Amino acid sequence: MMRKPLAFFNNRRKQQIGFTLLGAATLVMVLPIIVLIVYVIFAGISAISWEFLTAMPRDGMRAGGILPAILGTFYLTLGTALFSVPPGVAAAIYLSEYAPDNAWTRAIRIAMTNLAGIPSVVYGLFGLGLFVIFLRFGTSILAASLTLSIMTLPVIISTSEQAIRAVPTQFRTVSISLGATRWQTIWRVVLPESLPGIMTGIILGLERAAGETAPILFTGATFFLPRLPNSPMDATMALPYHLFVISTQVPGMPLQIQYATVMVLLVFVLTMNLVAAVIRSRARARRKW
Amino acid sequence: MDKLILENLNVQYSDGTESLKNINLKIQDRQVSVLFGPAGGGKSTLLRTLNRLNDLADLRLQSGRVLLDGFDILAKTTHVIALRRRIGMVFSRPALLPLTIYENIVYGLRVAGERRKTHLDGVVEKALRQAVLWDEVYDRLNDSAFDLSGGQQQRLCIARTLALEPEVILLDEPTSALDPVSTAKIESTMRDLAQHLTIIWAPHNTQQAARMADEAFFFLQGELIEFGSAEHMFVRPQDKRTQDYVNGRFG
Repeated sequence: MMRKPLAFFNNRRKQQIGFTLLGAATLVMVLPIIVLIVYVIFAGISAISWEFLTAMPRDGMRAGGILPAILGTFYLTLGTALFSVPPGVAAAIYLSEYAPDNAWTRAIRIAMTNLAGIPSVVYGLFGLGLFVIFLRFGTSILAASLTLSIMTLPVIISTSEQAIRAVPTQFRTVSISLGATRWQTIWRVVLPESLPGIMTGIILGLERAAGETAPILFTGATFFLPRLPNSPMDATMALPYHLFVISTQVPGMPLQIQYATVMVLLVFVLTMNLVAAVIRSRARARRKW
Repeated sequence: MDKLILENLNVQYSDGTESLKNINLKIQDRQVSVLFGPAGGGKSTLLRTLNRLNDLADLRLQSGRVLLDGFDILAKTTHVIALRRRIGMVFSRPALLPLTIYENIVYGLRVAGERRKTHLDGVVEKALRQAVLWDEVYDRLNDSAFDLSGGQQQRLCIARTLALEPEVILLDEPTSALDPVSTAKIESTMRDLAQHLTIIWAPHNTQQAARMADEAFFFLQGELIEFGSAEHMFVRPQDKRTQDYVNGRFG
């Protein structure tokens, strides 16, 4: 009796092949990131020290620390949060709870999706024109934060709206049937339940803002600062911009310092990611619906 | 005494689903009035009109009058929030809020502005006793409401409604997701409450309708076909359609 020639490709085999291919694809995707992180650590670890993280730079950035850049990125992230979170969350609440489904709201959503796709350098030029020049803020933390906020706004609105919509309609119905107003329902039930999702969105949005160079290029970042910034109207150093300049414009820059700067930025970003992941998993575990 | 009078009530949703056509009926105080009939008959729509929950829905049309103690609750000048405290609703799947047992019950009071802890504590105990749930949960009021069994959850929803001391309680297939033992407990609780409240119940099967009704209203595709006492409706219905439904020839 002859076996059918294609008996090898029975269903179980097909499944095995499928899963193997998917596993390989995952590996191919994850591997470069791991390689990148390992390489950066090896190349830069020797320059990491307490002095590096807390001291001012010396010798044209070739020695000393990167404290002003770290602090600057921190201030910029804070400023972005200040200007993008309240209006972003408020807009998300409005769009999901109050806005009727008409042409106007559809237009707003299309505008938001488009905003999210604009290249970051365009935001930088826009910020330069509006905040630095027209409103006379000059190159400052204020101008840079505002620019970064406009860039972060669509992300926060989208993720917050998603989180709010994920709260079951049933909660709203019950709340209203007990005599609550719409706002009471949002404040007492919907917002608390959507908070983990909203916070995750905020953290991911801010993380992007922390790592961008182009929006702060013309609006707030400088390469050399004699002392730390002490007002929002001051310009500031920032990690992404600092990294760009020391890697391309400074002759004789030790390689370890460049990679060490990369490490600091990566740690900053990865920590934010980790915090977001922890918030998400804890909220999911505690959720009873 | 007429607690609720519906005059020429017409309701239509924008998407054309379940509507009500020219409904005229009277609901008596201190008894269980049952709205029954096959799915899509308009029972849920009617219940949601009574506590103005349909304000949240997309309606194409709502006309006619609904008089509660003589006042038209569909009028634009009606204080809807206060209305919803006078007319409470129990939903078909236990509709808990993501809060503790205690907070679920006092939710209606908190949104009304009540903050005195002693008052709230008293209300919680009274409502839970009325819903025959106090003995089962008195020692874990700060647990999540979702920790309770299905039957307990639904009794919690009843307690939550009772906390506001309503005059009317609407029940939309309240025991459809429950086992027979929980169902029996809830039916008995509501029969006791009917001694001083107005109960309007939409059951999910005819047997429950027959068990609970003092007066019954048969709805078919948005129209009120026939109504009368329980004995009239379930033993000697006049309309052929009512007869067919009660005898199980369709449904």
